[in-house]
Amino acid sequence: MPHDHYDHEHDHSHEGLSPSGHPYRADNDTDLSYWQAMEIALRELLIEKGHLTAAQLHAQINAMDSRSPANGARVVARAWVDPEFKAALLADAGAASRVMGFDIGPMHLIALENTKEVHNVVVCTLCSCYPRNLLGLPPDWYKSRAYRSRTVIEPRKVLSEFGLELPEHMQVRVHDSTADMRYIVLPAQPEASLGLTEEELAAWVTRDSMIGVGLPQAPQ
Amino acid sequence: MTEFFGKRWHDMGGNPAGPITPEEHDFALWEKRVDALMVLTSAAGLMTTDSLRRVLEDMGADAYETMTYYERWIASIAQNMVEAGAVTTEELGSKIAEVRARGVTYGAAS
Repeated sequence: MPHDHYDHEHDHSHEGLSPSGHPYRADNDTDLSYWQAMEIALRELLIEKGHLTAAQLHAQINAMDSRSPANGARVVARAWVDPEFKAALLADAGAASRVMGFDIGPMHLIALENTKEVHNVVVCTLCSCYPRNLLGLPPDWYKSRAYRSRTVIEPRKVLSEFGLELPEHMQVRVHDSTADMRYIVLPAQPEASLGLTEEELAAWVTRDSMIGVGLPQAPQ
Repeated sequence: MTEFFGKRWHDMGGNPAGPITPEEHDFALWEKRVDALMVLTSAAGLMTTDSLRRVLEDMGADAYETMTYYERWIASIAQNMVEAGAVTTEELGSKIAEVRARGVTYGAAS
């Protein structure tokens, strides 16, 4: 499949930074690695042999690109303004998110409510399981040995490395994800944001606050 | 014989480890394609999340240090596709040679 349609996603015209301000991983302009050759070969064989189509791949990559923490932020903001929705979200986060139009896939999704007394944080010690349908793909640090190993034994220290210092009286609950069961944190609404509209509130909800390594913040 | 500590290498919870480096990267096109291959071959009934992980975990601790995340994934997906009978190792071998003959960069070869 020489030069298909999504190469434009990867131009290097932003001085090495993507629209979100992060560096691209080396890709098109570096030497072809063995595993990159494997990806091309496998993809082309699966298409040639009729297991997949190029259109399916294109659609899947577009769907992946369209998922970002903004999706999760909309769910959180709705829960802050709508007590009925919040109850539904805490009862079955997958079903409540689907009602908002988000494709959650077959996994079981659980929302964890942060309160004045309890702070929740999410990890996957075994692998990299993450609520990708609401937050997009996991950041590198979420998949790192350090985060996976330490979050379950010294969560307060881990959180402090993200700049989050929790008061001593607050209970910290760590939730270890599995392939079939994913978690998203429902952060406590900051007092300074009370009275804002749902749309305004969504801008306060950061990705890190939905993983539990940060708190909602006033938009910059 | 390797000593067994009650859990396998990938079960990292509770192990001592260094500080968290809050790294962020946008994903390269080839990495997105690997992810898409996993999702689509699973939807086609050719593999599952569990079969992905079974191969990843059998690679052992060294692979975690020497290969990137999506390198490990494509290795696992390829193994799964051979096991499912979707492709053969001979087909993969010849196709890789063909791909490499197209050019020396990912962009040129894909």
